[in-house]
Amino acid sequence: MKVKALTGNEAVAEAMRQINPDVVAAYPITPQTELMHKFTEFVADGLVDTEMILVESEHSALSATVGASAAGARAMTATSSQGLALMWEILYIAAGLRLPIVMAVINRALSAPINIHGDHSDTMGARDSGWIQIFSENSQEAYDNTIIAVRIAEHPEILLPVMVTMDGFIISHTMERVEVLDDEVVKSFIGEYNPKYKLLDVKNPVTFGPLDLQDYYFEHKRAQAEAMENAYKLIREIDEEYYKISGRKYAYVEPYEIDDAETVLISLGSTAGTIKDVVDELRLRGMKVGALKIRVYRPFPRDEVKEYLSNASVVGVMDRSIAFGSVCGPVCLDVKAVLQGTKMANLPVVNYIYGLGGRDISPKDIEKIFFELEKVKITGEVPNLPRYVGVRGEEDYVGEKKGFKIKN
Amino acid sequence: MANLKELSQREVKFTAGHRACAGCLPAVALRQVTLSVNYPCVVGFATGCMEVVSTIFPYTAWKVPYIHVAFENVAAVMSGVESAYKALKKKGKIDEEIKIIAFGGDGGTYDIGFQALSGMAERGHDVLYICYNNEAYMNTGIQRSSATPFAAQTSTTPVGAVEFGKKQFPKDLTQIMAAHGIPYVAQASVHNWKDLNMKVEKALSIKGPKFINILAPCTLGWRYPAEKGIEIAKLAVETCVWPLYEVENGKYKINYKPREKKPVVEWLKLQGRFSHLFKPENQHLIDEIQKEVDRRWTRLLELAGA
Ligand SMILES: Cc1ncc(C[n+]2csc(CCOP(=O)(O)OP(=O)(O)O)c2C)c(N)n1
Ligand code: SF4
Ligand SMILES: [Mg+2]
Repeated sequence: MKVKALTGNEAVAEAMRQINPDVVAAYPITPQTELMHKFTEFVADGLVDTEMILVESEHSALSATVGASAAGARAMTATSSQGLALMWEILYIAAGLRLPIVMAVINRALSAPINIHGDHSDTMGARDSGWIQIFSENSQEAYDNTIIAVRIAEHPEILLPVMVTMDGFIISHTMERVEVLDDEVVKSFIGEYNPKYKLLDVKNPVTFGPLDLQDYYFEHKRAQAEAMENAYKLIREIDEEYYKISGRKYAYVEPYEIDDAETVLISLGSTAGTIKDVVDELRLRGMKVGALKIRVYRPFPRDEVKEYLSNASVVGVMDRSIAFGSVCGPVCLDVKAVLQGTKMANLPVVNYIYGLGGRDISPKDIEKIFFELEKVKITGEVPNLPRYVGVRGEEDYVGEKKGFKIKN
Repeated sequence: MANLKELSQREVKFTAGHRACAGCLPAVALRQVTLSVNYPCVVGFATGCMEVVSTIFPYTAWKVPYIHVAFENVAAVMSGVESAYKALKKKGKIDEEIKIIAFGGDGGTYDIGFQALSGMAERGHDVLYICYNNEAYMNTGIQRSSATPFAAQTSTTPVGAVEFGKKQFPKDLTQIMAAHGIPYVAQASVHNWKDLNMKVEKALSIKGPKFINILAPCTLGWRYPAEKGIEIAKLAVETCVWPLYEVENGKYKINYKPREKKPVVEWLKLQGRFSHLFKPENQHLIDEIQKEVDRRWTRLLELAGA
């Protein structure tokens, strides 16, 4: 084990170096670029055996990754934002073909207006595409999740592609302390990739991607849903194995000061770190607040969310994207759905939409959210529409209206 | 080069029993191409008629490894397969020599798949790309593509009171692929199995990206009786609408020069999609077609130094 100072992008590149994939196909987009610069340096220095395909688009990046994976190779890619949007068609195909591809997604806002900074709109647009989605709070998690993802994807009872995400710039470009495993440890953890069916097994020819109509398509999709269920059961075992080699324990969700918390704030990604700080502050002031970070977002950790909310009196859910026309943000929708039909069905849940286009979310903002939730707890008045945090023209919890004036 | 007897005795890679129309010449092209591949191979397909007719779960007409992913990306998918092959070979996980072959219709090649094809060619993947050109989007109901001939009637270029069919001449994709500077580019036709077989064999003996564009008439889209397909394909070559030629390392070679170049109307008149051209007021359209065919043929002769 070595300790290194790495940005999120470098941490994932380092994980990829150790994974040493057979094939990587990628196309540049900010903020993913640095990851690929780093990885192509490893290729140039002969530190990996990877066949690097520098394709002409993200559509082709994922298509080539699909081809390589179906051929029998361990294949990876990485992208952000518009790149992920351009891959959309092939995302569903990668999952439908049950190909264990691992892709780093460096979260960035979606156009229009064009914006290169971090929010979750890109990944949320792919949340039902059949990919497993794992969110990382910091560089360490991005590194660990990337290695773990290989095992999840390739598990014979799962065989689904995995997206490992981190917030663009906030994590991807921030230098942090990262504990890096020894190459040999990673190598033996991920093992050799030896899929049951591969195109290049010319002695046992198989047909990938046949036409599949009313008589069978549904069964195949049903089986795919089952694979996601299997992932829900099995990811914990792989996390446990990873704990044994790394000493770092991961779970689907990470509770923080939640045992006696009356007010719980749920989030994904880097914001979870800020929330934990604010929880510490407020705890010092005697408030019974806690936090729940969702790490595995797909499959959604339904039992864990229910379990950790069972003592809460009020819940806030942070969404770093808008589900236009829906009743709330995507994470909130999932949280509300799992509470339905339980004794927590009437638990007040308030949705906070924040941080779009990389807008900073400060400890002060989060403090305000906790205070508003306290108010909701006391008054029982639950806002039924999402609250927009830190945006001009929105009333915040004390009823101040922030000015519309844009100062240069 | 294999002779007919040898070819007929080879193990069939693309079997009978698929669901192509009677008289479908793209299906014949597939059979001829795959018979010419005397190696283990992996085949990739773009969405389109031949993809749709050759598989339907739980059946497949493919006796060799086959993959279909989407409409516009077969060149990218096979770039990935080829890279996987290189990686696994390097690791000693594969030892046999395997040929990687991508197939796309004209829609999947000239239009929506063009970017991926251009990328594959530029990057230099060792892949043989075959376009079976039936000159329209047949699978979705005969819409125009950029390979559709001038004045042809399709579902999206119908003939009406003020329209005469497709307004543009087809894009010359073979030339565009030659301009990529890849080692081998050729044009072939389904009626000349010998020439096609020679081209596939030659292409597979060359390392790097190869492109063969095969004219393959479609009974439904071109509107002719099923048994006329081969004759029509032959006429396309005899009229110089579709010359047979190769570009090997930049060097042009015309494989067949008609002793007597036939007028284009001979080709047009056998196809329902051009029937409206035979109204007297449309004679000028036929003249325009003839002019363009002549222009392209002359240019090809120049390129070939012939
Ligand atoms: C992205 C996308 N757009 C459109 C389609 C619909 N589509 C399927 S096949 C096809 C036409 C295929 O034409 P071509 O490549 O010429 O092959 P053909 O059917 O003529 O053999 C179209 C438009 C699709 N499958 N995917
Ligand atoms: S529509 Fe044309 S290309 Fe398609 S199967 Fe029928 S004859 Fe062949
Ligand atoms: Mg076509």
